[in-house]
Order: sequence, then C-alpha cells, then structure tokens
Amino acid sequence: MTSPKIKLTNVCKRFGPKVVLDGINLEVAAGESLVIIGGSGSGKSVTLKCILGLLTPDEGTIEIDGEPVIGMKRAERERVNRNIGMLFQGGALFDSLKIWENVAFGLIQGQGKNRVEAKAIAMEKLAAVGLGPEVAELAPAELSGGMQKRVGLARAIATEPEIIFFDEPTTGLDPIMGDVINDLIVKCVRELGATAMSITHDMASARKISDRIAMLYKGKIIWEGQTAEIDNADEAHVDQFIHGRAEGPIQMELRRL
Amino acid sequence: MNPFRPIGKAILGFFESTGRLIVFTLTALSHCVRPPFYLRLHGQQMIDIGYYSLPVVGMTTLFAGMALGLQTYAGFSRFSAEDAIAKVVALGITRELGPVLSGLMVAGRIGAAMAAELGTMRVTEQIDALDTLSTNPHKYLIAPRIIAGLTMLPLLVFVGDIIGIFGGYVVSVYKLGFNPGIYLSETWKVLEFKDVFSGLVKAAAFGFIVTLMGCFHGYNSRGGAQGVGAATTNAVVSASILILVFNYVITELFLKI
Repeated sequence: MTSPKIKLTNVCKRFGPKVVLDGINLEVAAGESLVIIGGSGSGKSVTLKCILGLLTPDEGTIEIDGEPVIGMKRAERERVNRNIGMLFQGGALFDSLKIWENVAFGLIQGQGKNRVEAKAIAMEKLAAVGLGPEVAELAPAELSGGMQKRVGLARAIATEPEIIFFDEPTTGLDPIMGDVINDLIVKCVRELGATAMSITHDMASARKISDRIAMLYKGKIIWEGQTAEIDNADEAHVDQFIHGRAEGPIQMELRRL
Repeated sequence: MNPFRPIGKAILGFFESTGRLIVFTLTALSHCVRPPFYLRLHGQQMIDIGYYSLPVVGMTTLFAGMALGLQTYAGFSRFSAEDAIAKVVALGITRELGPVLSGLMVAGRIGAAMAAELGTMRVTEQIDALDTLSTNPHKYLIAPRIIAGLTMLPLLVFVGDIIGIFGGYVVSVYKLGFNPGIYLSETWKVLEFKDVFSGLVKAAAFGFIVTLMGCFHGYNSRGGAQGVGAATTNAVVSASILILVFNYVITELFLKI
C-alpha cells in the first residue's frame, strides 16, 4: 500500500490556555481531494497553517510524502513547499507586482526560471482560469474579488505542484462566481493530477470539489467519509452543520446583552 | 489580586519583545550577507530611500542651516563673536543637525511607510504567501530594506550637510552681510575629516535603526487595520527615540577617539 500524500498524527495546537487542535488524525491519499468543513473557530485554518509550516504544532507529527515536516530546516521546508500550491482566502496577491508577476512568482523565485519563460507560462495559467492577456499588466487592486481569486488559483497551479491547498475558496464571492471557482478548482486539480486539501464552511463548494469530507469541531475530527455519504452521516453535529440549522448540538458562543 | 502580577507581566513582556527584536535583527543581518540577493529589490529600495527622500532631507537641512546661522548670530553677537557663525554652522550641521534631522525625517517618511506596507502584507497573508512560494520573507522583504537604509542615509546626510552649510551661507551673506569668500574659507578651515565622518557613521546607524524598526513592527503586526496603525506608530516612535539615544552614544564614542 502506498503511503498517504499528507498524514497528520495526533496534532495538537494551543494558543495560551485555548486548545485549538486537540489530537487531529487525518490522511489524504495521492490524487484525492479532501475538504475539511467546520464552523468559524473550529481550527480549520490552524490545521492548514500547521501543514504549510506557517505554525508549529505543540504535539504530533505531520508527514508530506512520507517525510516528517515539523522541525525541518528552512531550506528543507522550502524544497517541500516547491511541490505545494496554495490559494489563500483573500487571494494574498502581492500588491507591488503586476498580475502576471504574481502568477509567475513561484516560477521565477522558486524554480529560477527567467522572466520571459515565466511570463509565457503565467499567461497560459491565466488563460486556464479564464483570464485574458489584458489583465496581465494590471495591478491586483484593479481586479474584482472573483478575478483576484482566479489569479490566486493561477498562481497556485503555476508551478504544477503535486499538492494544492485551498483556504475558503468561495468565501466573499457571489454564488455564481463561487461556482465558477469551484469548477476551475475541479478542472485544475484533475488536469494536474494533484492532491487537494481544502477548508471551507460552504457546503455547496465542499460537495463539488471533494472526494472525501472531514468535519472539524472543537479541534477534533468528529466525522470523515466519502462526499456521497455525508447526507446519511449518523452524526448530529454533521447533520446540523450541513443543513445550516441554528438548533442542535453546535451552539454559537453568543454574548447576551 | 496580586499587586506584583501586572509588574511581572510588564517585565516579562519587555524581555519577550527585546528577545524577539534581537532574533529578528540577527536573522535580518544574516540574510543581508548571504545569497541569493534580490538586486532588483535592493535597487528599488535604494531609490525609494535615497532618491525620493532627498527633497525632504534637503528642505530640512537647508532651513536648519539658515536658522542655525541666525541663532548663532543672535547669541554670539552679545559677546562680539559673530565671526564664529561659519564655524558653528559647519560643525553643527555635519556633526549633529544633519544626521539627526535627516534620520528623524526619514523615520517619519520611510519607517512609517515600511511598517504600513509590511503590516498590510502580514494581515492580508501576503507574507504567508511568500513562505508557501518557497521565498524567505526575511531575505525578500527585510534584507533589501536594511541594506538600502544602511547605505543610502549616509549619502543623503552628505548631501544634506552641503545644503545645510549652504543655508547658513545664504543667511550670513545675504541677510547679515558677511563676506562670501571669508565665510567659505572659514567653513573649509574648521571642518576636519572626523567631523564629516562622525556624521556619516551616525547616518548609517540611523538608517539601520529606521529600517529595522519599520520592518520589525510591520512584520510582526497583528489584528487588521488597527494593528497596522499601531505598528506604524510604534515604528516611528521607537526609531525616533533610538536615533536620539544612539546619537548621544556615538557622539560620546567619537569624543573619546
């Protein structure tokens, strides 16, 4: 049996007294698309940041391609990251660079490609996400939110990574643009044959882009299974979450006036 | 409640911040001398700090030189020592006013801009994006700014010295009726290499302080727009105070040599 592409074992993370991740165990197979769902503050973003090396877990191990990545030296981590693409929630495009330079950034800085070659690839990737050459010379601030998300996606796939992470890919977009982004994610991930891991609280998006779904609640994975099985999951938290009900075991922490 | 608790908390906070600043400084310095070097970014920062600060520094030192000329005349004429104006202006500008005023002006212009830019990059996840694109933020963002500060401020102060002395000359010759030839020869006679050099050493130190504070506070900013605002304020205030402290320390050191 091949080892999983991403493996988290008993990952814990605390911020002061607050336990955010409480012993997470998760595996993502090569070529699989896993979506982690969960409410705000459930630990989704922290999980992603721990895998990306932006935060260091207090306990547990994280393996990428069978290689433990926690405590890796900076140069080693950069080598691992060269196989990773990331679409940030807000796009995280570099304001000081033009659109094509944003898309080509990983090619120029990470892979050492020259600017002419990198620009040609960037234009291809922009076309792949439905953006024409007219946007290439613009600044990120000149684009709408949906277009910025597409540029972020183009940047994430520009280096043709083996693993792509998506952080709330449809948040802040109208339903139609959200669906366009979902379609693009599915298309890009399939074309690259990449392993994908996403976090979202948008169930429409989760159903569309995932092979498998895991639900995070209070720092623990409380359910995981095939996407088709989620409607029949015999779990009250999952049932409440996917139907978006206020009543149920998940209680929002509201301060009464 | 234990009355010593807030005191202890403040002391621990101070040591924590100091430790973080030391680690940040050493990391930044190590990236200043280790390849790869982003020459394009180094050039951009040098132009931004050196060239675009020239009008501000020029105006500041010009009027400082003019005011110093007038004040010296007003004070020294009480005991018939007006002839010393050229000497006082030359020494005052090169040893003290040129580097200190330039440093403070650059702290306001560049330190604030750096903190705001890096702070915005932090809260919009652009710095995290750099990490995921296998690019070290210290090398890409911090090192070019620090090197530009270290090298450009002495150049700015050298030009500012000339403009400041010219300011004293204009007031002395055209307002107070001094002989231009005598004024210039007095200026030339009194100035020693050490006077100008000590000012340039101060300038390099101030350039380092301004860029370090701008980068440190911006890079570590948290919490959205308010956090970026606080980082900007802290960068300017801490840089200004450190400039005045180090001005005294360097002055002491040069008086002992």
